Amino acid sequence: MELNLQMLSIIGAAVAVSFGATGPALAEGRAIAAAMDAIARQPESAGPLSRTLFVGLAMIETMAIYCLVIALLLLYANPFIG
Amino acid sequence: METSPLAPDILFHLGPVPISLPVVTTWAIMAVLTALSWLGLRRARVHPGALQTALEIVVETLAKQVTEIIRRDPWPYLPLLGTLFIFLVFANLSAVVPGMKPPTGHIETPAALAAIVFLSVHVFGVRSRGLLDYARRYIRPNPLLLPLNVLSEITRTFSLMVRLFGNMMSHEFVIAIVVFLAGLLLPIPFMLLGILIGIIQAYIFTVLAAVFIGAAVGSVEA
Repeated sequence: MELNLQMLSIIGAAVAVSFGATGPALAEGRAIAAAMDAIARQPESAGPLSRTLFVGLAMIETMAIYCLVIALLLLYANPFIG
Repeated sequence: METSPLAPDILFHLGPVPISLPVVTTWAIMAVLTALSWLGLRRARVHPGALQTALEIVVETLAKQVTEIIRRDPWPYLPLLGTLFIFLVFANLSAVVPGMKPPTGHIETPAALAAIVFLSVHVFGVRSRGLLDYARRYIRPNPLLLPLNVLSEITRTFSLMVRLFGNMMSHEFVIAIVVFLAGLLLPIPFMLLGILIGIIQAYIFTVLAAVFIGAAVGSVEA
């Protein structure tokens, strides 16, 4: 079996998504755990906390979405394939 | 599944201008929202009917949320932010209607919305602080950071666009794959998840736009 450019692109896309999802998943888990802890301590501050949590999660998630964009570029708009 | 999510699907041509499916969906959503507002506020009264009450609740909740984020009078910013949120909720949830696809799942619509946010942030900032004071924001805390500040303007707009696009588009993909694997009942929980994702993404987009505007008018740090 010979590795050509298309197969390498598919493998690259899979690797990009899998590794790109791992880091943000760990980070989001830590952020949510910290927010839950804070809400459990101070239930009255749940409103501002959850809003900040959502904004922070969106920021963390951006990393995963960048990897998704790279994977999509590799699969659908690859500059090295025809 | 075979078509690329980055390529537009052209429905018809209006003269030389190609009209794609997301544009038509956007027009339909705009028509529905306009009709809803017109119906609700055709005879606005102090003792409102059901629809007017619902609209007032929506607007006042949005105003309260925006006030909490930018910590000043929300009404100059509410026409933009409220319209963004309501439009995004309708656009992200349009997949619930059979045969419709969310226009935010193609890259043009999020790109246009992010461009609107990008421009309006500067307009609001200059209007509330003056040009010089607003421009001074970029050399703070140190003129050495000017390139980084400019770069962060660009990347945060880009990530605003890609976040919305990536979430909606990837959800469409997941639904398509699940339908391909097991047709009848399995997609339903994923579709329920899609409703949640759509509303959360609309909320995040609006909150981030509000945070950017709040940072530009100088009331909050971001």
